[in-house]
Amino acid sequence: MFTVLIVMVVGVFFGYFFRTRKKMVKFADKFTMWAIYLLLFLLGIAVGANEIIMNNLPKLGFKALVVSLGGIAGSVIVAWAAYVIWFKPKNDNYEG
Amino acid sequence: MLISNDYSQWALYLLMFLVGIGIGADPNSLKAIRQLNFKILLVPIVTIVGTTLGVAVIFLLLSDDKFLDLLAVGYGFGYYSLSSIFITELRGDELGVIALLANIMREIITLVAAPIFAVLFGKLAPISAGGATSMDTTLPIITKASGKDYAMISIFHGIVLSVLVPFLVTLVLSWG
Repeated sequence: MFTVLIVMVVGVFFGYFFRTRKKMVKFADKFTMWAIYLLLFLLGIAVGANEIIMNNLPKLGFKALVVSLGGIAGSVIVAWAAYVIWFKPKNDNYEG
Repeated sequence: MLISNDYSQWALYLLMFLVGIGIGADPNSLKAIRQLNFKILLVPIVTIVGTTLGVAVIFLLLSDDKFLDLLAVGYGFGYYSLSSIFITELRGDELGVIALLANIMREIITLVAAPIFAVLFGKLAPISAGGATSMDTTLPIITKASGKDYAMISIFHGIVLSVLVPFLVTLVLSWG
């Protein structure tokens, strides 16, 4: 868990020192999206290859999905309220 | 990661390094780090409250399970490896597998829908959806969806929830 954070912090230093090299930064950003897809794909493979998961998916999958969606829905709705109340920039011209 | 293999570990390291570069090179995110204030403490609380409310609604619809069992599953916050271990220990295989599945799904849904959440529900929403995973696996898609200036909030939020998972899960199951 923490190795991952350390790797990221190393990346932060790297990015900071090379922040003027616009092409490199642009490449890193583009590459990030593909790395996300790659990770998603590998996660999919790991899930599909896992017997416990695949055997139980029909029986328990629906229940798991519903609980998961409930947790997410509740989270995003409360997060919406919190964002509007406490985090949204007052100046709405800045789109980020 | 319960399901980690060598390839996905390295893919994650690569991804985190790239995300780090993006953050380090971005003037907004560095400014955001300097502007950190107590509001950051609100974000994990938002996720805990929101998840509780959401699971409560599900309980009212799916009433053949105990509320506290479902809540324990929800309090995995996407941390599928740790939460399913505790839940299997305390409640057995079936709830353990439900916890495993539900928390994997939370991570995958966040990975896919983070941009939509940011547009519909504001920039905190993808962080909250990601739960404990907002510190690592969903951090990249969160920074894409909400902006690099939200990276620090995401990491802090993920770390706090990751630490809280074992406590909340065992607490809730001890009441049941």
